[in-house]
Amino acid sequence: MSEDAVIGLLVATVQFATLVYLAGLGELIAERSGVLNLGVEGMMAMGAVTGFMAAIATGRPWIGFAVAALVGMATAGVHALVSVIMGAGQVVSGLAITIGGLGFAAFIGQDAVRERADAVFTDQSIVGLSDIPWAGPILFDQPPVVYLAGILGIAAWFVLTRTRLGLALRAVGESASTTDSVGHSVTMLRSSAVLIGGAFAGAAGAFLSLYMAAGWTEGLIAGRGWIAVALVIFGAWRPGRLAAGSLLFGFTLALQPRVQTFDLSIFGLEVNTISPALLGILPFLLTVVVLIAISFRARHRPSPAPAALTLPYRREER
Amino acid sequence: MSVSGDAAVSPGTGDGRVVVDLRSIRKEFPGVVACDGANLTVRAGTIHALLGENGAGKTSLVNVLGGVYLPGAGQIWVHGTQRQFHSPADAIAAGIGMVHQEFRLVPTLTVFENVVLGSAPRYLDMGQIIERVSHLAATYSLQIDPSRPVWQLSVGERQRVEILKALWRDADVLVLDEPTAVLTPAEAAALGLTLRSMADRGRSVIYISHKLDEVLSVCDEATVLRNGMTVAQPRSLVGIDRSDLAEMMVGEAAAAIQRPTDQPSGDIVLELAGISALSDRGLPALHAVDIDVRAGEIVGIAGVSGNGQRELAETVAGLRPTTAGTMHLAGVEVTGASPRARSRAGLAYVPEDRLGVGLAPTMSVVDNAVVRSYRSMRRRMMLDLQGCEDFCRRLIERFGVQVGRLHEPISALSGGNLQRLLLGRELTGEPKVLVAAQPTRGLDVAGIAAIQSQIVAQRAAGVGVLLISEDLDELLALSDRLIVMYEGQVAARMDPTQATRAEVGAAMAGTAAA
Repeated sequence: MSEDAVIGLLVATVQFATLVYLAGLGELIAERSGVLNLGVEGMMAMGAVTGFMAAIATGRPWIGFAVAALVGMATAGVHALVSVIMGAGQVVSGLAITIGGLGFAAFIGQDAVRERADAVFTDQSIVGLSDIPWAGPILFDQPPVVYLAGILGIAAWFVLTRTRLGLALRAVGESASTTDSVGHSVTMLRSSAVLIGGAFAGAAGAFLSLYMAAGWTEGLIAGRGWIAVALVIFGAWRPGRLAAGSLLFGFTLALQPRVQTFDLSIFGLEVNTISPALLGILPFLLTVVVLIAISFRARHRPSPAPAALTLPYRREER
Repeated sequence: MSVSGDAAVSPGTGDGRVVVDLRSIRKEFPGVVACDGANLTVRAGTIHALLGENGAGKTSLVNVLGGVYLPGAGQIWVHGTQRQFHSPADAIAAGIGMVHQEFRLVPTLTVFENVVLGSAPRYLDMGQIIERVSHLAATYSLQIDPSRPVWQLSVGERQRVEILKALWRDADVLVLDEPTAVLTPAEAAALGLTLRSMADRGRSVIYISHKLDEVLSVCDEATVLRNGMTVAQPRSLVGIDRSDLAEMMVGEAAAAIQRPTDQPSGDIVLELAGISALSDRGLPALHAVDIDVRAGEIVGIAGVSGNGQRELAETVAGLRPTTAGTMHLAGVEVTGASPRARSRAGLAYVPEDRLGVGLAPTMSVVDNAVVRSYRSMRRRMMLDLQGCEDFCRRLIERFGVQVGRLHEPISALSGGNLQRLLLGRELTGEPKVLVAAQPTRGLDVAGIAAIQSQIVAQRAAGVGVLLISEDLDELLALSDRLIVMYEGQVAARMDPTQATRAEVGAAMAGTAAA
């Protein structure tokens, strides 16, 4: 296997990791507030198609990216309205957003399918760092969204662990009544978290249509939204572990289209005989393993899952 | 368990300034008037007892003060200003700190995170916050490590976190709802000292309790509620004794129930031999426990909460697996049997957690009443709904349960009525063994009397009763034999007619010579 092929694999790993990390980080923020949003796939599709169309119309990928985040946020607004404000079931509402979002994105994107993708992100090498062997091309010669995802991850960690807002957000995901009783608005906290999660998912969708695929087709998201949902569990609801998990999941995603071209044998196993379809289920398999590990550990300490996840809150009179 | 007398007796240092004045409060819930004509006047620097039977409206009244409930009528005055509280946040802002019976804490957060939640600085400088919380805790002699996660704390420590929360918000009125119900005597004494030091610094405490001895030793003034109305407001508790307070609460002196003095001579109906079991955390909770109960006998289990009593009850009920030993119920081995098999073998079980294990809170009164015996109320493949209702009506009548509507959720019932229904349900079908865990905890005087007389009636009917309680007076009055548990083992076996409270207390503390 050539050095170029390995570098190519790792470059793609970082990009796929960015894709699922952005969406996963948004889902993490929503889930830490106690709201499960299974609409990630649909929000990504909405972001991907509108971001692409906006970029074509304006000629600027960043405008497309911003539009995608806003549209993702608006899509998530439906979930916030239905599940947070009206207190309906989060699972049903989220699934509806995935199904509806995918369908609606396909509908509004009918003409965009034929568009040439010229207003897309390009790689930005960071001066001084991109010449480092291996690390340079893999980490520092990437599209700007990759760097942005890293910054957002650190910001999310800081806000969650070091600010009043983050404390309130973590608390409302554990016990809404407690958070209400100390004077925080449960509705406001949860709605904001869901909206931010939607913005992240929409932006992730735009990264797909404005860089990775550089175009829009129906079925573009191809389950990456679900991988982001699984990634949150895999990352035990922590931004740092989420980053590690996204690299692992990103690696399997990057490997999938490449594996059959690799002329490599590990312990006598010809790598190019591994089925890409089997690789595709690896993230979900790993997630199940983590879930089991969590439930074993939970005998001695609380689960890392937010205790109020999926539980709607209504202030009750007696 | 009462706070030891010398722990906290000192006269109130209040200067007579009124801090809280609730006037003619009325609060109504669907079908129930919780408060009507309730007054409460609390002065600065005093510990004020709020007394009353269960359902007298104490919790509703303080929830009005805490902004949890909006009153239907009446006025709330705080520091001489009339206030309207639309949410708990309004009450917090006015300096009212509430410590509810169920703690409002986030288990996965640390102590200091829980303390500052809701009024934290914008950026959390951990070192500085921990120092400020530690300092606050030390000021009021509250022993706590601010950086530990709350899930690792004992109940007593969690209560200290709740008090710290109120102090952090600079509450000048602290409301405690039944604060010692979950504490060991030592913790209760420490709490008394903390409250006194708050009063000495000019803050006020509203102290809800059923435990009259404790109220007399801790509190300076009192307000007594009966049926939602204020019936007495003694400005001083000097010279008042517990029977005076009890009389104010119930309107008449309550007579203690006593078991008959005949000697039980029936066969052994419940036999535990060398039973061991693990706690929820997988640690040993019961170790080689031997207990037999005869037909027509009440065996009392005493002990400080957390010494294996809950695990003992659950083990007998079949809800917790045993790791060693054997168990026989009416001559049949039931060691590994399912709860249902035990129930069929003649076991009735009144769990400690009435509204979680014993009853399903959101299901109706009827559903809860028939859940144990619905199998006999079938009409072909379906439930005989009319039969269920009739069954429920008979139960309600026989056990004196007060119910609004048969199909309302059972959680709308008061504690005493829940327990009457639960006990009644368990006693249908003529059980041979009754396991009752904390059957009278938190009930009003009338409720306690009803439950205790039922237990005595079961004894007369030849049922073997295992009575687990933290109320020593109850155990001494009802039990034929008394077993004291300490750290999951039988620490002492006593004759309740001979044993003194002090001896039992010593065994509960693990210092008995036995």
